[in-house]
Amino acid sequence: MPLNVPIVENILSANDRLAEENHSRIEAAGVFSINLMASPGAGKTSLIEKTLPRLTDKFRVAVVDGDIATSLDADRAAAAGAQASIQINTGGECHLDAVMLHGALNQLDLKQFDLLIVENVGNLVCPADFRLGTHKSVLIASIPEGDDKPYKYPGMYRGVDALVINKIDLLPYIPFKMDFFQRGVEALNQGVITFPVSCSTGEGLDAWIDWLIQNIKR
Amino acid sequence: MHELSIAESILNIALCHAEKVSATRISDIHLVIGKLSYVMDDSVQFYWDTIAKDTIAEGARLHFKRVPAELLCLDCSQHYAPDGETLACPNCQSTRVKVVAGEEFRIESIDVETPSSPSPLPLGVEG
Ligand SMILES: Nc1nc2c(ncn2[C@@H]2O[C@H](COP(=O)(O)OP(=O)(O)OP(=O)(O)O)[C@@H](O)[C@H]2O)c(=O)[nH]1
Ligand SMILES: [Mg+2]
Ligand SMILES: [Zn+2]
Repeated sequence: MPLNVPIVENILSANDRLAEENHSRIEAAGVFSINLMASPGAGKTSLIEKTLPRLTDKFRVAVVDGDIATSLDADRAAAAGAQASIQINTGGECHLDAVMLHGALNQLDLKQFDLLIVENVGNLVCPADFRLGTHKSVLIASIPEGDDKPYKYPGMYRGVDALVINKIDLLPYIPFKMDFFQRGVEALNQGVITFPVSCSTGEGLDAWIDWLIQNIKR
Repeated sequence: MHELSIAESILNIALCHAEKVSATRISDIHLVIGKLSYVMDDSVQFYWDTIAKDTIAEGARLHFKRVPAELLCLDCSQHYAPDGETLACPNCQSTRVKVVAGEEFRIESIDVETPSSPSPLPLGVEG
């Protein structure tokens, strides 16, 4: 008779354990960390470029960039003033996982920093499942993606701690029903803090920067 | 999608637990997946057949038990299953809701053959 072995273990438990280890390291170094997630082109790197110049005179910022290929985004972060920028090439994987961030943390002297920004691979599905160990998960939605995205990608919208709505400068040109969008968000993630911004015009960025600074100082 | 990473995680966990009981073969893997976890059964089984090759889990069948989503309304205490379009409460339309079930994503058990149990494999494998 074959034997049934009970396990009851989370399928991604190995990732979750390593995420916790990452978290302890980041926390012990006194660094505030965010995991920036969004579909390709929503403006993750643009937001980093707009954010860094407003922080780097007071805070030391490290950026870890996940992409399938190239180091273009890490180069943009460095040019925008990141004191350290590390590119992770996932070689095809559609998301960062805790192992990859672990490797990047090994290359950083964490104590030298106040803020760690992780730019995840552009993808609105997979990154939601792989915890990295950062303090907060931030989703960037953008106007040209359409107002139905919370309904179509509930997994991503459900799990995040903050929502940036980027490219609001395009609202006059694109049909985007903000109340329909926000009802979808509310149903998945009630009361999530939301920052409508434009990385092109700079509108709305003050509130986002304030939120970051509050969290860094805590 | 990341069904490959998922298949690899399942394989690692299964092999680790099989080793603890000195199993010689893993025949079945029982998974519990909530409706709110998005996984394609067929893709995971597809990757499985590649990554489990030459391990004791080669040819194992994956069984997916789907758990329906169940939500609790924090305003009117209604328990309900979401209709797919929205997670909001059908009774009072509140969006202050808590997920009670549907986020499961775990391995429940594996069926293995051990040297002491009758096995189609040649005996004499040390346990
Ligand atoms: N109109 C407008 N365009 C924007 C805004 N923010 C970013 N863009 C443009 O959107 C495009 C994509 O921006 P990125 O910042 O590279 O997007 P990303 O999310 O980092 O993309 P990946 O890393 O490739 O997934 C660029 O052409 C930006 O100039 C905005 O607020 N308004
Ligand atoms: Mg980018
Ligand atoms: Zn209700």
